[in-house]
Amino acid sequence: MKPTDPSVRWIEERPLGLTERLYLPLVVQGLTTTARHLVSKKVTVSFPEERPTIGNPLIYRGVHRLNRDDDGRVKCVACFLCATACPAHCIDIVATESPWPDREKYPESFQIDELRCIFCGMCEEACPVDAVELTSLLDLTGKSREEMIFDKEKLLSVYDMTKDAEPMKSKSLGGTL
Amino acid sequence: MPTVIVDGREIEIGADERLNCIEAARRAGAEIPHYCWHPGLSVVASCRMCLVEVGTRDAETGQTSMIPKLVPACQTPAKDGTVIVTESEKVKDSRARVEEALLIDHPIDCPICDKAGECLLQDYHFEHGQPERRADIHAFTSKKRDMGPTVTLFADRCIMCTRCVRFTREVAGTGELMVNARGSKEEIDVFPGYPLENKLSGNVVDLCPVGALGDKDFLYQQRVWFLKREAGVCGGCSAGCSIQTEHTQDTVYRLKPRENLHVNKWWICDEGRYGWHHLHDPSRLVEAKRRTASSDADSVEWADIVTGLKADLTTSVSGDGRLAVAVSPMLTVEEAWMLCSVAREIDPQALLAVGYVPTQGEDESFPGGFTIRGEKCPNRVGVEHVIAAFDPSVPRWESLLEVVERGECTAAWITAAYPPAGGRPATEVGSWIDEATAARFAKLREQSAGCLIVQDMFDSPLASQANWLLPSAGFAERSGTWINHGQWAQSFERAIRAPSGVWPEGRLLWNMLERRGLYDPNVIRREAAAASPALAALAEDLPSVGLDLRLQQLATS
Repeated sequence: MKPTDPSVRWIEERPLGLTERLYLPLVVQGLTTTARHLVSKKVTVSFPEERPTIGNPLIYRGVHRLNRDDDGRVKCVACFLCATACPAHCIDIVATESPWPDREKYPESFQIDELRCIFCGMCEEACPVDAVELTSLLDLTGKSREEMIFDKEKLLSVYDMTKDAEPMKSKSLGGTL
Repeated sequence: MPTVIVDGREIEIGADERLNCIEAARRAGAEIPHYCWHPGLSVVASCRMCLVEVGTRDAETGQTSMIPKLVPACQTPAKDGTVIVTESEKVKDSRARVEEALLIDHPIDCPICDKAGECLLQDYHFEHGQPERRADIHAFTSKKRDMGPTVTLFADRCIMCTRCVRFTREVAGTGELMVNARGSKEEIDVFPGYPLENKLSGNVVDLCPVGALGDKDFLYQQRVWFLKREAGVCGGCSAGCSIQTEHTQDTVYRLKPRENLHVNKWWICDEGRYGWHHLHDPSRLVEAKRRTASSDADSVEWADIVTGLKADLTTSVSGDGRLAVAVSPMLTVEEAWMLCSVAREIDPQALLAVGYVPTQGEDESFPGGFTIRGEKCPNRVGVEHVIAAFDPSVPRWESLLEVVERGECTAAWITAAYPPAGGRPATEVGSWIDEATAARFAKLREQSAGCLIVQDMFDSPLASQANWLLPSAGFAERSGTWINHGQWAQSFERAIRAPSGVWPEGRLLWNMLERRGLYDPNVIRREAAAASPALAALAEDLPSVGLDLRLQQLATS
């Protein structure tokens, strides 16, 4: 949009009032804020010795996991909708015919490049069967790039690790499956 | 000229054109949704999606009288004075009802359905359906069964348009498919013991407007919205069917027919459809190699090949030596032209012969007017035209073999690039050239200055003898023009890049001619058109459906 565009509305800066021109009241106001923070409760923690508390794990966007259904099978149906929604193109799926009669296809391989991921949560939102979810695991480190590409087994193990602390969101949010 | 009135707009149609209301409305820019109608099949008017208001305008009084009921546009001929209303409330309501009726019994499994993204039911529902579903949502149970070696049926997704049934009866002429049972129990099926096994079977998948018929070759492989589509030409036989190469990240996922009423109409054969797997065959040659007396099969850089090849050939033909070149009918007209130019530059007496022309059986025609050619290469005619411009006698592969066998040439440049026969893996089928034929090149190797260049996609008895073994590009990796058996020329661009380490023939020859910049087939095509009367029609850019060379040839003769 050009500055000459008729839909651009130009406004004048508000002129300073008397208190603002006096300078001193603003200094007092600023110092008061500083003083308040000196005595108030600390919000920072000494990470990693001290763990931060996650406010609401339901909406926190940490490491991904692949959920299992009641029979312990991977819930994913390999529809590629997460890969389609992903703005960082970090999800790679290879689909194949499922070995189970009640399911048509399933992921032969499912990889998420955690280094490429921007943790936007779009995959979770796109998933029609609530198979991919973001946990509240926040300190993800690795020694190599390869290690940070999470495959199906690793993503399922994240589920096994976190399922007790964080039950499947679909259950608590009244999902369909 | 007959005049048809579509939504108040008057359009003229040809006096001898036999259009139905869908086609007439399309000319006026109004798209009437339809499932069961297809231009290549008979009309059944069973899906009721194309119902529109139709009437006639009296030529004398100008009075319009409408038919009180909605009529199917596919079955109603557009005549002089036909009035078509495609967007009235009545029509829109009818479309929404049809969509709702279809969705009562259609599983909403779009996320796992391979058709999602190119499904007419999805598209029409989005455009003409109602946002709410009033029917109960049944739990999904896949009713999946095999129709034959290439096609799978998901019976619950079928909307009973019967396009596939009509295709097998009218175009393939085999009639394997049928409608089983009646009413709400209707299902598409094959007759017991007679699977869907004809040479055009893959077309039923393209015809299916929903995801009921799945192509086993493509099933679950990729979502269609990831695929990029490039208009191409099938290299499977000399019919030269127009195709659409669907690919992503330099991997072909499927080939689809592209409508071309002059060549293949709406169809392609299964051999062509599945004939792309060799492009990604792990046994493909991807490394250029040079074999000399002192060293055995060293890999070489392409930049060195451009100069080295020329130097070797020049040394070899110096004195009373001679170069023999086999111009493969897999090459495009442009590549063949450059190959002949390079050869004649090195040796003005070079023998230019049409390369080996693979054939397999006889031409096979189907009732729908589709023919699979027995000549399994796309450009024999084009190569012959090119060679005729250099040598009017147009020597054949056999005469090249004789010259080589008699030891009358000191250098041979054999371009091949033949896909494995029958579209099967290269390791299963034999090479295009047998040991006995390859042995006829023995004299060439005995000569001290003998030089054999082989450009091929796969290893062969000839490749193992070559001084220069150069990998060649596949059909989807080259750009240029092919001329089919009936003198029909079609230009195309490459769909995917050749594997790393492979220069398509066009690029190598372009550099050998010391041209600047990137290989541009259009430049070469125009040069060839200017130099050869038979190819004169190629001077202009070709339309997407191609061009009949015979018209130009008639005009100039």
